[in-house]
Amino acid sequence: MDKGAALLVEDLHKSFGGLEVLKGISVEADDGDVISVIGASGSGKSTFLRCINFLEMPTKGRVVVAGDEVQVEERGGRSRVKDRRQLQRIRRQLGMVFQSFNLWSHMTVMQNVMEGPVTVLGLGKDEARARAAALLEKVGLHQKHDAYPSELSGGQQQRVAIARALAMEPRVLLFDEPTSALDPELVGEVLKVMRDLAAEGRTMIVVTHEMGFAREVSSRVLFLHEGRIEEDGPPDSVFERPASERCRRFLASVLH
Amino acid sequence: MDLSLLAWGAQGWGDEMVRGALVTIAVAALAYLLGIVIGSGLAACKLSGAAPLRWFASVYTTLIRGIPELLVIYLVFFGGGVALRSIASGLFGYDGYIDLPVFVTGVICLGVSAGAYSAEVIRGAVQTVPVGQIEAAMAIGMTRRQRFWRVLVPQVARYALPGLGNVWQFVLKDTSLISVIGLVEIMRQAAIGTGATKEPFTFYVTAAVLYLGLTALSDRGFARAEGWANRGVGRAS
Ligand SMILES: Nc1ncnc2c1ncn2[C@@H]1O[C@H](COP(=O)(O)OP(=O)(O)O)[C@@H](O)[C@H]1O
Ligand SMILES: [Mg+2]
Repeated sequence: MDKGAALLVEDLHKSFGGLEVLKGISVEADDGDVISVIGASGSGKSTFLRCINFLEMPTKGRVVVAGDEVQVEERGGRSRVKDRRQLQRIRRQLGMVFQSFNLWSHMTVMQNVMEGPVTVLGLGKDEARARAAALLEKVGLHQKHDAYPSELSGGQQQRVAIARALAMEPRVLLFDEPTSALDPELVGEVLKVMRDLAAEGRTMIVVTHEMGFAREVSSRVLFLHEGRIEEDGPPDSVFERPASERCRRFLASVLH
Repeated sequence: MDLSLLAWGAQGWGDEMVRGALVTIAVAALAYLLGIVIGSGLAACKLSGAAPLRWFASVYTTLIRGIPELLVIYLVFFGGGVALRSIASGLFGYDGYIDLPVFVTGVICLGVSAGAYSAEVIRGAVQTVPVGQIEAAMAIGMTRRQRFWRVLVPQVARYALPGLGNVWQFVLKDTSLISVIGLVEIMRQAAIGTGATKEPFTFYVTAAVLYLGLTALSDRGFARAEGWANRGVGRAS
């Protein structure tokens, strides 16, 4: 493992046109941390995650992954990534799991999981297949290798998506509401996989509305409000005695 | 109808008609490929952020769609001849009469129109690829080129195949128009046979059968291609 934090985000800002969605977010995640990010819809949680791997270009701020900082330059008043190869290298260290799974629909389950290792990491087919098979076993889908995403339930698709992210052996996993698009009865199977990953010591940033998960699994909880971190602490203190009145009200509204 | 006219070899016209069909296939196939290359370029222009590129693509499509195919052929053939002759005399001092080869003219003309029609099909297909799947490819660290070939193209192919199948059918039939500038494909060969034997019905029925055969074969080919491209997803559209 490299020197320093697995992930360091410093003073992250993001505006869409005139709308400032992130107003200075700083987070540091050490190896093995599980950080849950909670907050009302529209508070900037997805934007925060998407800025970490530069699916959105931050307006300002630093992102450092395992000691490697994404280099940004100013050109004609707009910031852009200086070196796409460096960004691509950093992205391999950041596994992303999307709310809507985003599996590649023309590939089988096996192909989805093998794709990154083969195309991006340059692994041989046999090695990639063995790695994918082991991961599919781990997420409980060993009997579905040849199925296409359209033939799977939402819960199964999300587990494939998790295996696809793991196949890159990333340093940090980013989850953007991984269970929000699922039928209620399918939420459990995905949360179970995520709990197992946390127990293994994976470093995870999890945007979620599953308060049970946030409370039981995370090492830290962040409450986001209008693009700022309003509350930050271990789950017990955030859930039992939040300092922020807004956080208290938010928790009351989601926990009834 | 006198089927003995269609015998193989020196006495009959069977081999000539088949050769005409091969020319038809060759022109159509090359024009189609050219059309897909042009169409992809135009689709990229249409989807580009740069206004001049979008403008160019829309002028191109409007022009080609607005001008009858036959007129395009005359313009390219005679215009190409004029251009070629002025280049020849200007650069090489050659003043003889030269024409653009009819085969090349045919490929260019049909390719230019096929490009205009496939551009729309390809643009539409690109827009139906879910953004999330491209983002997943970015998130995993794929380069632009890898995203293009591994994720975008296979899905665009799936959505575009039905439309591109139609473009192929029209290219195939429009090869008959190239006969007006003297390319000996199916139609021209039938006309030649008719001239020599005064049996138009025999030759034109033969031509129709050849076209139908080609169309039927292409239908099967595209159905297979669609089956492959739609693996795991059910028919796009
Ligand atoms: N691409 C975009 N363009 C413009 N506004 C956006 C874009 N993405 C998000 N936003 C806005 O940013 C705000 C935060 O969105 P988001 O990060 O998705 O919140 P959350 O995930 O917490 O629900 C919202 O007001 C949303 O409308
Ligand atoms: Mg969100």
